[in-house]
Amino acid sequence: MSDVVEKTLTALPGLLSLDSQPGSNKLSSNSKLRNLIRGITELTSKHEEEKLIQRELTSIKEQVSSPNTSMRQMKELMVRAIYCEMLGYEASFSYIHAIKLAQQGTALEKRVGYLAVSLFLNESHELLLLLVNTVLKDLQSTNLIEVCMALTVVGQMFPKDMIPAILPLVEEKLNHPKEIIRRKAVLALYKFYLIAPNQVQHIHNKFRKALCDKDPGVMTASLHIYLQLIEENPEGYKDLTTSFVTILKQVVGGKLPMDFNYHSVPAPWLQIQLLRILCLLGKNDQSTSEIMYEVLDESLRRAEINHNITYAILFECVKCIYTIHPKSELLEKAAKCIGNFVLSPKINLKYLGLKALTYVVQQDPKLALQHQMTIIECLDHPDLIIKRETLELLFRITNAQNVTVIVDKMLEFLRINKDDYTTIDLVGKTMSTVFSVGGDTMQPDIPNSFLKLLSEGFDSVEEDRKLRLFAVDSYVSLLQGEPGKLPQRFLQVISWVLGEYSCLRADLEVDTVLRLLAKLLDMKTTSSETKSWVLMAMTKLCEGGAGVSVARGVSETYSSSLDTVLRQRAQELQHLSQDPELRARVLPRHTGLEPLEVDSSLSFLDGFVSEALAAGAAPYKPPHQRQEELAQAKSLSLEPYGLSLPLSMSSCSITDRQSPTLLSISSGLSGNSNDLSHKGGSSSLRLDGVKRVWGREGYLAQREPAEESAHVEVPSTLRSPSQQGRADGSHSQTPTHTPTPELEKQQLASSLFVGLGSHSSVCLMGKSEPTPQRFRRKARSPASSSGASENISHSLVSPPITVDTLVCNNLLDSHITSEPDVSPLEQTPPLSQGLAAANGSCDEELPDSDVKGSSPSLIGDDALVAADPAPHEEPPKDLLLSSYLPAELSGLSHSEITPLSSDQSLDLSACHVQKEGDLVLVVFIYNSSDSDIQQILLELDSEELEVSCECDGAVGGARGHSVAVCQYSLSVKRPSVHVELVGTVSYQFPVGTPQSGQFSYKLPLSSFIRPLTLSTEEYGTMWLDFSHDTKQNLTLISDDPEPLAASLSVLKNKLQLHVVEIIGMEGIVACRLLQDQPCLMHCRLHAGTLAVWLRSPVPDLPDCLMYFCQRALQEH
Amino acid sequence: MQFMLLFSRQGKLRLQKWYVPLSDKERKKISRDLVQTILARKPKMCSFLEWRDLKIVYKRYASLYFCCAVEDQDNELITLEIIHRYVELLDKYFGSVCELDIIFNFEKAYFILDEFLLGGEAQETSKKNVLKAIEQADLLQEEAEVPRSVLEEIGLT
Repeated sequence: MSDVVEKTLTALPGLLSLDSQPGSNKLSSNSKLRNLIRGITELTSKHEEEKLIQRELTSIKEQVSSPNTSMRQMKELMVRAIYCEMLGYEASFSYIHAIKLAQQGTALEKRVGYLAVSLFLNESHELLLLLVNTVLKDLQSTNLIEVCMALTVVGQMFPKDMIPAILPLVEEKLNHPKEIIRRKAVLALYKFYLIAPNQVQHIHNKFRKALCDKDPGVMTASLHIYLQLIEENPEGYKDLTTSFVTILKQVVGGKLPMDFNYHSVPAPWLQIQLLRILCLLGKNDQSTSEIMYEVLDESLRRAEINHNITYAILFECVKCIYTIHPKSELLEKAAKCIGNFVLSPKINLKYLGLKALTYVVQQDPKLALQHQMTIIECLDHPDLIIKRETLELLFRITNAQNVTVIVDKMLEFLRINKDDYTTIDLVGKTMSTVFSVGGDTMQPDIPNSFLKLLSEGFDSVEEDRKLRLFAVDSYVSLLQGEPGKLPQRFLQVISWVLGEYSCLRADLEVDTVLRLLAKLLDMKTTSSETKSWVLMAMTKLCEGGAGVSVARGVSETYSSSLDTVLRQRAQELQHLSQDPELRARVLPRHTGLEPLEVDSSLSFLDGFVSEALAAGAAPYKPPHQRQEELAQAKSLSLEPYGLSLPLSMSSCSITDRQSPTLLSISSGLSGNSNDLSHKGGSSSLRLDGVKRVWGREGYLAQREPAEESAHVEVPSTLRSPSQQGRADGSHSQTPTHTPTPELEKQQLASSLFVGLGSHSSVCLMGKSEPTPQRFRRKARSPASSSGASENISHSLVSPPITVDTLVCNNLLDSHITSEPDVSPLEQTPPLSQGLAAANGSCDEELPDSDVKGSSPSLIGDDALVAADPAPHEEPPKDLLLSSYLPAELSGLSHSEITPLSSDQSLDLSACHVQKEGDLVLVVFIYNSSDSDIQQILLELDSEELEVSCECDGAVGGARGHSVAVCQYSLSVKRPSVHVELVGTVSYQFPVGTPQSGQFSYKLPLSSFIRPLTLSTEEYGTMWLDFSHDTKQNLTLISDDPEPLAASLSVLKNKLQLHVVEIIGMEGIVACRLLQDQPCLMHCRLHAGTLAVWLRSPVPDLPDCLMYFCQRALQEH
Repeated sequence: MQFMLLFSRQGKLRLQKWYVPLSDKERKKISRDLVQTILARKPKMCSFLEWRDLKIVYKRYASLYFCCAVEDQDNELITLEIIHRYVELLDKYFGSVCELDIIFNFEKAYFILDEFLLGGEAQETSKKNVLKAIEQADLLQEEAEVPRSVLEEIGLT
């Protein structure tokens, strides 16, 4: 219908002047109605319209009561009267004439008469009785059209009491040869069943006949009745299941005439009706459900066209599958279906997806988890309807862990919602449950805002009253139940509400409420805080005789309480209950909520304070000052632990600076919020203070990953493949400019869907990857080329002792320095990396009798024998040295080999090699002397670096004029633009004194930077997690048409950064510092410069990286 | 279905059909509220509304809004298609229907609706059958009408 030509009212005057309208030549011209309509459209004010209509009505009234008016004219008058009624003007005088027209008119007038009756009257109108005879007559007419008209009006409205009069006639019509009559008769009976079920009880078997009617229309009509019957009594119709299944099978299989197709889907209305019936029949009934599995499967399969009608059927199928006895195969398909709905860009389908989720979520909470990001998006949807449905869904998955967040969201919704009905529904339905589910775990501000909502109310007084009454009613019934099970916070809310509003319910005796409240006081589980709320409520309530006596009893008990607050309240209660006048003054009733004037400066206390100060009291310190002092004290004691704690990616928790909402969410979730940690020593800090470190930058919020499951969840959910796919999909539709909102959603998701998984909260999606650490080095695959040799070297480095000796023997025997099967590298005579180390340890360590005790040095002799005196050579050149690089490093780029130190016999050089997950320092030791050096010890140390060596610093020996190579793996301990290593080398000739020398090696931090591949969403998640940042405007590469892309590609090439995404004027880039410390970069074109913002969990890293970025861009 | 309303972009009611007994006052209040609510909604928004305890399904065709109220457990999408089928029927009957057709021949629109929905339930979903029923009734009307209108014209003018 989208091709309907839009003819708006603006075109009306022109069209009205035409005598005949296009496309409506078969319509009779009703010129008076035409005049009326034209007259109305020409008017400008409501007042004028009123006048015109009144005039019109007067004229109609005159004419209808005139005996000279023909039925033909009457018909016209009726149409005009209907029109006036539609405009909202009453024309009740014409009702009787409408009946008369139906009675006396011939076919065409009768038709209008019936129409007017059905529009003017409703089924309880007394004039309808006058229609009964007309209907009776027409039902018996030989004119089919008249029978149809009568049945049509009966199907819409008929006086209940008169049903017996026409029932036999209608029943008779079930056998009529014309299907249209049979169909209308069935619907008339359906109407009778609805308004007077017992009147049609005896004809249930006739319904079966209608169900078996050869005309699909009649059969479809009969399903309305069956749906109703089965809804009321599913047990009575189980035997029909097979029939319904057969019908559905035939429909789905396309056995119906093409007429019933709707957009090439066979009889969708019929299908849906059948599905609803099956749903009712199969509920809680395994054997009946089994009958329908096959046809349900087929329905799902057949519904493939992308059209609303298909989705309507699918939706009904899904509902059915989730209602009947479950079958996993079908459930799986249905879940997929729901997924399609939820992920659909069409808002109507999305809504239905949410509705379906709401329907199934209690059975299958995992389904909500799968779609958590969509749900979060829907929560912020501009359409309130979507939002509302999402809240409904959340309401269903409320548990003790997520109740805070959900209630927050609901309150947020209530604040913006204008529709009172929804508000009452939502507040009423959710609050009680929410309070009782998670009462005590909530933050105190939630009940507070609820009470505020209740007391301040909405725009409408009436709605306020309804909501309050609702609250009073439901709370009284809760207290009459088992109040002991309710959380304390909820009891407090109940007390307040009853104290304030129980007077709204007139039939509720005050002393009933008082007794209920007193019962709370007697319960052992009631906390004293709650008790004071209860006493307050009682104070408000105790009025009149019975109340006073209850109050007296209570106040006597509690005026001797040990709790001072309770005692105070009890005293108040006692006094106020005995002095009605005072009470009326202190607690005036029915005043509503007038703003109280509060002296926030507490000036009335000035006198007291100065007296106290004069008496020597300490001056008041505001809480933050006290806390700061406390925090400082604490920082000292924590300092020594700081350095020893490992700094890993996942250890940095949310130290958010951007989103306050996020903070409250995370705090609600974990119970020890980080915003508190910023403030300093709060109680929550003390709780996990051991894991916190007072660093140079302030508090470094650090946690051990395993202990903070809540924070691990975020990345783990992030990486679920399905989730990823979805997120990517949505991203393509709405490119996010900055990743921040994305992150918020992730955070929100993790807090909303906590506790929904089957058991562990760490693995929300049920399919998180085995490694929880995002930045763990990739597991080295043995198949990769570099991996292979590494494995070998590893096995050589630390083999079990037996192998070790075997190797040694082997070496001794053959005098070859390597195993035969270790490919090309061992052909080179000098010992390579691992082999050198391994050889060193068995070749040379043994003779080192100083250390190991004296043993006849077989090997030493051997080595001596093997010593191959050669003429003195120049130390190998760079090029030559590089050939000594261990094989697995030789393919990688290495820095220039720089000399470190040299003395008469040893020349040390070094270079570093960048591996993907590592930075390797290679030290070349050239023995320039003629004699062999048995033992060389290298010690490396650095303030900024962690140095690990596979050979424990013992390089082993080097024969004369040969090169020994030593590898160290480096990682950054503390970032600095340049990091320096200081080393000592010590060695000893077989004869002679120990020698030693010192050296240093400097390398830029950029060597430790590696690209970090992640998605925009992950980037977003991490961005806010990082606490250290720096911002600077850098030079832009301006000679390129795309300066941002060009600049980023320079950075990428020079510094090995990973460009995550470029969105318009902004780019996001990620890298990591070895081993696993991420640093994120956000670039934006700003006034001809590149505004760079770097963030990382590692202090100083952003600054260092900024330096390198600056250099890289300047050098370009 | 509880009721169906057709109204223009200006908020003028063009057709109303109530399938539940309601007083005149209630009807007026409901239609006023709903017209306001729906006109305030943006075009990209969801076609479904939760309104009181009812589900409102509406769709705009050119300058006309079609709006149905169904119960919460009813299928919203099929209701949307009921609207669409009704529009199809109107379109077929009037031949490229427009708002004016419905304004001037609203009683025909009612007749079509009554053949399609009866007592709030889909009565006949086959387009052909609905139109056949209407045509037959119209035929009767025209047969009766032709001689009469001649007579009338003589008698009246």
